[in-house]
Amino acid sequence: MFAAAKDFQMMLEKAMFSGAEKLQGLARPRRKHRTAVAGAHIAVMGLSHTYRRSDGPVLEDISFQVEPGEVVALLGRSGCGKSTLLHMLSGLTLPSQGEVVINGNTVRGPSNRWVMMFQAPSLFPWMTVAQNAALGLRFARRNEEIARRVPEVLDLVDLAAFADRNAQDLSGGQQQRVALARSLATRPEMLLLDEPFSALDAFTRRALQRDVRKIAHNLGLTLVIVTHDVSEAVRMADRVLVLDANPGRIAQDTVIDLDDDEREGGCDRFNAEHVRLMEIYTAVAHGAADETDDTPEKA
Amino acid sequence: MTALADTTEARIALPPMRRLRGPAFGLLGIFVLMALWWLGGWVVANDPDLFAFADFAPAPTLSALWDIVTSGEVFDMSGPSLFRVGAGLGIAALLGVPAGIAIGRVGWLRELTNVPFQFLRMISPLSWMPIAVMVYDTWDAAIVFLIGVAAIWPILFSTAAGVRRIDPAWLKVARNLGANPVHMLFVVILPAIAVDILTGLRLALGVAWVVLVPAEYLGVTSGLGYAINDARDTLDYARLAAVVVVIGVIGFTLDYLFMLAIRKFNWVRETAH
Repeated sequence: MFAAAKDFQMMLEKAMFSGAEKLQGLARPRRKHRTAVAGAHIAVMGLSHTYRRSDGPVLEDISFQVEPGEVVALLGRSGCGKSTLLHMLSGLTLPSQGEVVINGNTVRGPSNRWVMMFQAPSLFPWMTVAQNAALGLRFARRNEEIARRVPEVLDLVDLAAFADRNAQDLSGGQQQRVALARSLATRPEMLLLDEPFSALDAFTRRALQRDVRKIAHNLGLTLVIVTHDVSEAVRMADRVLVLDANPGRIAQDTVIDLDDDEREGGCDRFNAEHVRLMEIYTAVAHGAADETDDTPEKA
Repeated sequence: MTALADTTEARIALPPMRRLRGPAFGLLGIFVLMALWWLGGWVVANDPDLFAFADFAPAPTLSALWDIVTSGEVFDMSGPSLFRVGAGLGIAALLGVPAGIAIGRVGWLRELTNVPFQFLRMISPLSWMPIAVMVYDTWDAAIVFLIGVAAIWPILFSTAAGVRRIDPAWLKVARNLGANPVHMLFVVILPAIAVDILTGLRLALGVAWVVLVPAEYLGVTSGLGYAINDARDTLDYARLAAVVVVIGVIGFTLDYLFMLAIRKFNWVRETAH
């Protein structure tokens, strides 16, 4: 039974890989940097999800698209299903209805071409920083790339000097940087961030928000960020999908039109965008609250 | 004095002292034990009822110990014993570690096996002796079986407990980075529980070493247990006590080696944030 499942998975990966190669083949001539990989295109179509042993759906009829290289934030209160949605983009969870299509292929499981980052860095404490960063390549049986690629990604997150240190010697922010390096090592087309900075202090959080956005832009990665923090959405996202709760639905789809300097904050345009998004967020949250107070109007 | 401890010189001077403290107390403990032994021997030698057992005292014992060490007999008697314990522990680990991982990972398996395993665990390994003797052709195989029966439980339960303590986020991260089940086992699970397995082995060694000697009282004509029995039958009490010392020294050394291995594989930092 195991063997059959493994064969099937290999077949699937092979099919997905050929898709990626085609895509990279198209993208290469346009980009100068060797490290640059085209970002993934995401299409979510009619996605609904109900957890086993629960009454209502956690997500209902979600459809949206993300362009390659775009940074999209999924903003919503806790329990609105934004994290579930992200898990479905990654393939760690499969939706009960509808599908997630990445670069033309339906997602049926995790792949190292899109990597998820979690709130906790979850580095392996018995490994060095470099060994942690090399994991994705090791799992993908691309060991020959480790010697060249790991220093590259550690350099990218400014931790080259820590390569041989134990992961436990690092601060929380540094550990999250290692997690970022680990995610980038396999040259994914997309990063999925599940509130990855919420456990960090404000200063470190801002630095990482800026750096992750910059790195993703330079590499052309598609970035999807789950957050309940309005200012994080304004700082990082090109576009924000505001989610309603019970069941999770996209209530608003709005563009954040700021350039990178303005995203540092402290200017009128940043403040204006922050206020605007906060108003949308509050309105959606209150709407949801009203709905749960009254009897929901169900068709 | 407290002010002195805060000065740099005091801080530099203190650590070596502290490092010597452990070994110093260890030596002192051995010295106290030897003194009590000597005192016991002196009492026995001066008691008309017990004086036949005077050879248990330190002086005759250490002299007999010197004889069996210089003649190489000590290696002849401990070799077979070490082999039996090694084989028993090895088989127990080969069965106990995979079973422990399965039980730690699969909830229904844990619930299914919990009562029967706790039941079997509480049966003294030596009570299997008649059955082992009937089932196995050779005495050696029977002894290895008894040691295996004694050793498997600490290994199995310690492994299962270690697996249950694995941070689920590690498994999620590994899966997300494309780990297949083989990677999951060798890159994540086994390193994560290495210390639990070694701790189980260390406990198992303790039990196995205890079970070994009575198991060797039966049938076999080699090993430390046989040597003790043989010395008793020939009323050579100095030699008997010397073998007891050998058993203690080997057991202590093996346990110490496991402790070193645990220290080496332990990735938990006391000061981790």
